Amino acid sequence: MTLPRTLFDKVWAAHVVTSRADGTDLLWVDRHFVHEGSHHAFRKISERGLAVAEPGLTFGVTDHYAPTRGAPANDEIAGMIRRLSANTGTHGVRHFAMGDPRQGIVHVIGPEQGLTLPGLLIVCGDSHTSTHGAFGAIAFGIGATEVAHVLATQTIWQKRPRSMRITFTGRLSPGVTPKDMALAWIARLGADGARGHAIEYAGDAVRALSMEGRLTLCNMSIEGGGRFGMVAPDETTFAYAEGRAYAPKGADWDRAVAYWAALRTDDSATFDREEVIDAAAIAPTVTWGTSPEQALPINAAIPAATTDQIADALAYMGLTAGQPLDGLPVDQVFIGSCTNARIEDLRAAAAILRGRKARVPGLVSPGSEAVRRQAEAEGLAQVFTEAGLDWVASGCSMCVGMNGDIVAPGKRCASTTNRNFKGRQGPGARTHLMSPAMVAAAAVTGTLTDVRKLMEGRA
Amino acid sequence: MTTAFPPVTGIPARLPLDNVDTDQLIPARFMSTPRAEGYGRFLLHDMKADTPAANLPEGAQVLIAGRNFGSGSSREAAVYALVDFGIRAVLAPSFGDIFAGNAVNNGLLPARVAPEALAQIEGAVMVDLQACTIRHAGGETPFDIDPVWREKLLNGWDDIDLTASRAGEIAAYRTRRRAGAPWSIPADEQE
Ligand code: SF4
Repeated sequence: MTLPRTLFDKVWAAHVVTSRADGTDLLWVDRHFVHEGSHHAFRKISERGLAVAEPGLTFGVTDHYAPTRGAPANDEIAGMIRRLSANTGTHGVRHFAMGDPRQGIVHVIGPEQGLTLPGLLIVCGDSHTSTHGAFGAIAFGIGATEVAHVLATQTIWQKRPRSMRITFTGRLSPGVTPKDMALAWIARLGADGARGHAIEYAGDAVRALSMEGRLTLCNMSIEGGGRFGMVAPDETTFAYAEGRAYAPKGADWDRAVAYWAALRTDDSATFDREEVIDAAAIAPTVTWGTSPEQALPINAAIPAATTDQIADALAYMGLTAGQPLDGLPVDQVFIGSCTNARIEDLRAAAAILRGRKARVPGLVSPGSEAVRRQAEAEGLAQVFTEAGLDWVASGCSMCVGMNGDIVAPGKRCASTTNRNFKGRQGPGARTHLMSPAMVAAAAVTGTLTDVRKLMEGRA
Repeated sequence: MTTAFPPVTGIPARLPLDNVDTDQLIPARFMSTPRAEGYGRFLLHDMKADTPAANLPEGAQVLIAGRNFGSGSSREAAVYALVDFGIRAVLAPSFGDIFAGNAVNNGLLPARVAPEALAQIEGAVMVDLQACTIRHAGGETPFDIDPVWREKLLNGWDDIDLTASRAGEIAAYRTRRRAGAPWSIPADEQE
């Protein structure tokens, strides 16, 4: 009889190439994504005269520095983009470059192209690689030294993390989204709440989510300190993956589904940590500070500066204790990023914006070129432009500002992204994280506001 | 006995804030710079403007920091900025997981110290990885580090070198994986 195992245990075990006596495993990597930031790693392998071990399992994508309005903003940015093309070209690695219809943010295009599948082990030199765990894959962000190791060997040394399950019971209320689930658990457990743990998201509220929603939830794992976030695959997963470009076909597909169906945590398996959250009790949530843990329901007020940490965040954000969140004026909005720029996110934002005007300027950058085309075909792009927002090309854009799309110093931005760190969207920028529908509501009112007030009679 | 990580001594710099993320350690706009040009000047670049403590004293080799240090982005450039500035050990109650791994891969010690113990560290310190202790005017404070990471730092191991000796096992796994899970190969890559 085998011991009961978690989903994570099963996928991990399937990837162990060899183990060391000290408990570290050498794991096989099924998919390795590289973006412009990989230049350090490519240089490291070049210095050693090493080749990419598995070019066929390595995929390049231009996203972090991708221009969203035509040409790159300056030579340095153009150089970063060229360098990735040169490195992938030299090593025979496929590259979804600018102009490729498959280009987009790495964590959006992996699933879209059928590269992200259940049971795979996926790495990328990017902390939001946890996103891909939504399929029941082990997916995690790594640093440049590790990227170089994966390029050279297609493997990675890892010590098994502790296990943690976050169970969302019940159902989400109308106007409440996976983004709110993520912000709610991070606010409760802290920005390091899941440190050292691999998270499995479970419960009825998670089962009810679409793939887009699961991707959003897993994406934010790292903001709660978890390198890994996972959801067990099910019919929703299989239906999403079937027929995608790189997904298995024919007999391989049938064999895969048979295997994937068993990728679930055994009933009697135990976790090092268990947390249970009532989904029905979650309200639309926004961040007020400079860490994702500094999040509150929209009907709450700015907390008192009881610690240096809070005082520091309030000073940076230009806020006063006791101020209600609802009604706080914003200068601009941003809808985009690997957290919330998939088609469902754009639909949710457009449902609020349809037939209304934005009171503040804003940028909408779809998560991929495929999402862009679909949104244009569905008339969503038109909703955004008619509301007065800018509809631009796909990339990381204002999530991190590397391509030059930044929030000016002191400006307040309602954003669908994942990080409200100081300066994340540009030096001195003030970021409030929230769901796409909440950002749309902020655009319409020019303030942080409860989206539920704008939902009457709308989807 | 020689070690790749001799004890680190000196007066520690202090940055007593929680959640100092890697975007603070090095803002994104500096990350296109080649490493050869040095990353030390980018360390805490924007934070210096409004946080006096972020102006670390020149020559500091030890940094005392708050909870969840190095959280956020996986950018190894955050470690390059610390290392190029001259920091060799960071003492904090906890670290971002990816940051801590990156630190070890670059010879920077992420030493976990309980918050109460951290508050008691006085004056100059000697951080001894062999013994996992910090000696200082107020006495001796133990720290925690994953034993695998400790070994790696003490021996100066490089993963690519270590893995080279496993080439046979990797090749065998590759064959097994392709035969046993053909679906795991991208659809246009089937052999
Ligand atoms: S969208 Fe933002 S968080 Fe996502 S990969 Fe790009 S920079 Fe990172």
